[in-house]
Amino acid sequence: MAVLSTDVLVIGGGATGAGVAWDAALRGLHVVLADRADLCEGTSGRFHGLLHSGGRYVVKDPRAAEECIAENRILREVAADCIEDTGGLFVTTPADDPAYADRFAEGCRATGVDCEEVEPAEVLREEPRLHPGISRAFRVPDANIDAWKTVWALARGANERSGARILPYHAALDVHRRGDQVTGARLRDVRTGEELDVEARVTVNATGAWAGKVADLAGIEGVQVLPGRGIMIAMNHRLVNTVVNRCQMPTDGDILVPIRTVSVMGTTDVHTDDPDDQTVAQDEVDAMLEDGEKLVPGFRQARALRVWTGVRPLFQDAKEDVASTRDVTRAHTLLDHAERDGVGGFVTITGGKLTTFRLMAEETVDAVCRQLGENRPCTTATERLPGSEGGEHYHLGERLARREDTLRKEQVVCECELVTRSALEESFRQRGTDNLDDFRRSLRLGMGPCQGGFCIYRATGIMHGIDGMTAEQANEALLHFLTERWKGVWPILYGDQLRQARLDDWIFQGVLDVGHLEQ
Amino acid sequence: MRPSLHYDVVVIGAGVAGLTAGARLAESGARVCVVAKGVGSTHLAPGTVDVLGYDPNRVESPGEALPAFVAARRDHPYALLGVDAIAPALDWFAERIERGPQPDYRYVGGLERNHVLPTGVGAPRPSALVPETMAEGDLGADRPVCVVGTRALRDFHPSLCAENIARHGVEARAIELKLDADRPDVNALGLARRFDDPVFRRDFAARLAPLVEGDERVGLPAMLGLRDPHGAWSDLKERLGRPVFEIPTLPPSVPGMRMFEALRAALRAAGGRLVMGGRVVAAERDGAQVTAVRVDTAGRETVFGARALVLATGGFASGGLALGSDWVVRETVLDLPVRGAPPAGSQRFGAEYFGEQPMARVGVAVEATQRAEGTDNVLVAGAALPGAEPWREGSGEGISLASGHRAAELVLASEGLAAAA
Repeated sequence: MAVLSTDVLVIGGGATGAGVAWDAALRGLHVVLADRADLCEGTSGRFHGLLHSGGRYVVKDPRAAEECIAENRILREVAADCIEDTGGLFVTTPADDPAYADRFAEGCRATGVDCEEVEPAEVLREEPRLHPGISRAFRVPDANIDAWKTVWALARGANERSGARILPYHAALDVHRRGDQVTGARLRDVRTGEELDVEARVTVNATGAWAGKVADLAGIEGVQVLPGRGIMIAMNHRLVNTVVNRCQMPTDGDILVPIRTVSVMGTTDVHTDDPDDQTVAQDEVDAMLEDGEKLVPGFRQARALRVWTGVRPLFQDAKEDVASTRDVTRAHTLLDHAERDGVGGFVTITGGKLTTFRLMAEETVDAVCRQLGENRPCTTATERLPGSEGGEHYHLGERLARREDTLRKEQVVCECELVTRSALEESFRQRGTDNLDDFRRSLRLGMGPCQGGFCIYRATGIMHGIDGMTAEQANEALLHFLTERWKGVWPILYGDQLRQARLDDWIFQGVLDVGHLEQ
Repeated sequence: MRPSLHYDVVVIGAGVAGLTAGARLAESGARVCVVAKGVGSTHLAPGTVDVLGYDPNRVESPGEALPAFVAARRDHPYALLGVDAIAPALDWFAERIERGPQPDYRYVGGLERNHVLPTGVGAPRPSALVPETMAEGDLGADRPVCVVGTRALRDFHPSLCAENIARHGVEARAIELKLDADRPDVNALGLARRFDDPVFRRDFAARLAPLVEGDERVGLPAMLGLRDPHGAWSDLKERLGRPVFEIPTLPPSVPGMRMFEALRAALRAAGGRLVMGGRVVAAERDGAQVTAVRVDTAGRETVFGARALVLATGGFASGGLALGSDWVVRETVLDLPVRGAPPAGSQRFGAEYFGEQPMARVGVAVEATQRAEGTDNVLVAGAALPGAEPWREGSGEGISLASGHRAAELVLASEGLAAAA
């Protein structure tokens, strides 16, 4: 069996884990980063895309609000290319308690979240689709952040700076213990079945909602994470160009985030026992569409492209019953198991939110350094991520502008998201994976209104032509993409999106007859 | 509003069912107008006439399999139409193609035996009546296959197609030919127009000939001419000295467009009118009689009076049916009652992509005479009929042709129109 030796093994390739890898790499540590699936396939890739200003928490959880605004300012500098500076609004709709607005403004002052009250008429001029009955409106520095791009930039940066090994599709089978010391873990490449031992001076458990399970592997008890499940629906247009929150105590379906070519409505909050629970309940969908109408009248007439479930990791130390997971703190929890359990070489980081991943990583690597007895200061608050060196935010027209430069030279594979053949071929060669869903995440292939109807056959054919892939593998990749895609569309199929889905079925099941490929 | 135009029959929808009903009626002397929002299924489908491909196992002979298929599915359109309605519709269609605007182009096959033709991904797809330009791709034959593509055509990938054909047991390989050096993108339609040009195909054949080996037959994406497919196909066959066949791939479908052109020509030749870009916005009724439809064309409303109507607007894919976000299914043109929709609160779609989809079989509620429930003079044809899953069964064109053809016969047989006809 292959053996790798490293300073830090990070289990969990979401924003926190990748953030830990980047932070540790900048401090000169050798890192191995492993995830049981693709990077950013879990909670980090399954949120609405909001870079919090903190406004959402100013009344309910001031500590979380303070962390958010501080990190918001830092990430705008160091991860500029992953962020679109849309700005944010909190609006009092006729459905909201009008008294909350003053508490909100006061909360912003107390926590230092930049906030400016503006005339509703001015807001309606900027965002004409918003409910015309809004009575109060506040501007805050919300933005959107592309989590996939962020995580890949972190992983790439960690690799470039200190040769970090990035191992997607490597599940932790066991965490090795030698007495009171964790010494690494055994991983399995879930694609090939090959196993790999990683010897690490410190192992970081950055598995979010799965943190309890990985702690169990290390024989550490009582790491209790309450998974809170929430659905999000992507609508096929930017119904708004500013992040819009309802000005009320945080609840279900009260935020609409414009990101890339879509806008994402979020979210619900249902306690679940299983972090792998991907349920999309019909009543949640119905309620969310209803909530959408309160922010943007006519919301139901827009095309709902896709629905997904994200599972929040909410850590709870006390073992009392919790009625709603929304009442558990959104702030994160760092468990230094040397202090907590007398077990060295092991650190768990969980809870928190995407906006605060950098802070979580900093605190985690501080704990790692303490365990190593080394003094290595954190530099992630000032070091810019690969791709963000210029300090410029991405903007909506960026891909189109790039595409116009090469219009006469390059073949476009995915028209919705303007993915070119050369970008796809390069990515196929680099990633060494045959999972088309991975390219959906990294290139946005098949993310647009047709949901892969045209591009996925093309992408499969192109992929098959590279690197000697067999038809059997290509077929499997195609069928896998189609079955995975269906999971995210069937609960919200109505209107023109149903029409689109039937056209896609026509292509795949009718014209191409992929259901009858030779097995 | 008084009708400004009077017809015996207004057909709504210009897919296979609508054009068939319209042309068949016009040929019998009825004054017919086909009104359509846009082109229908033809431009999407492979251009074959699928009657019954799967039951759910691959069907060898649709003619033999149909009686049992229908007996087990009393709600299926074929049960409604009767199996005997299919053959005359196919014959009618094949004749219209032969008389059509593409010289000498014809369809081959019938109900006796399904061809098994490779798709763009190389899957074996059964179909009853197919363009002559596709027939020699039949995977029932052993002859080795050489699949030819070009990098600039992103909608066809010869190596994947060939390898899947080989997995089916027919020796196959792929070659890529550089067709259009100065353009990154071409589509099958653009190439088809070039194949109409004898000079282009002479050059194409000259470049391809040295690359083909042994007794290989040559498979090409379906792009062998739009106006003169028979000319393009037989020319290539002759120049290459071997069988040549087309492989349907992503829309827009060149063979489907030929089919559309032939049916449109049949309608016009018989004196029927076709109004494209016309959206029916309302119907005028006298009790259960629909007496006229108001059609929005280019922003202006025109009232088309009719003694009978044929509704051939398709299912969800074509916009004939719509599911609202309130989860209610509506027929979009005349607001007719629908049948087969899963009841409120029950599951609409299955969680497995290739699994059972309860919403798939919904359609306009009809009586045995194809008459829409609640009306005296609206007949329904094509994918708007309930009870079928055309892509999964491989039954789309069979249902559309048979129901369009039969709707015409039923309208003609009804008292009012017999006189007109």
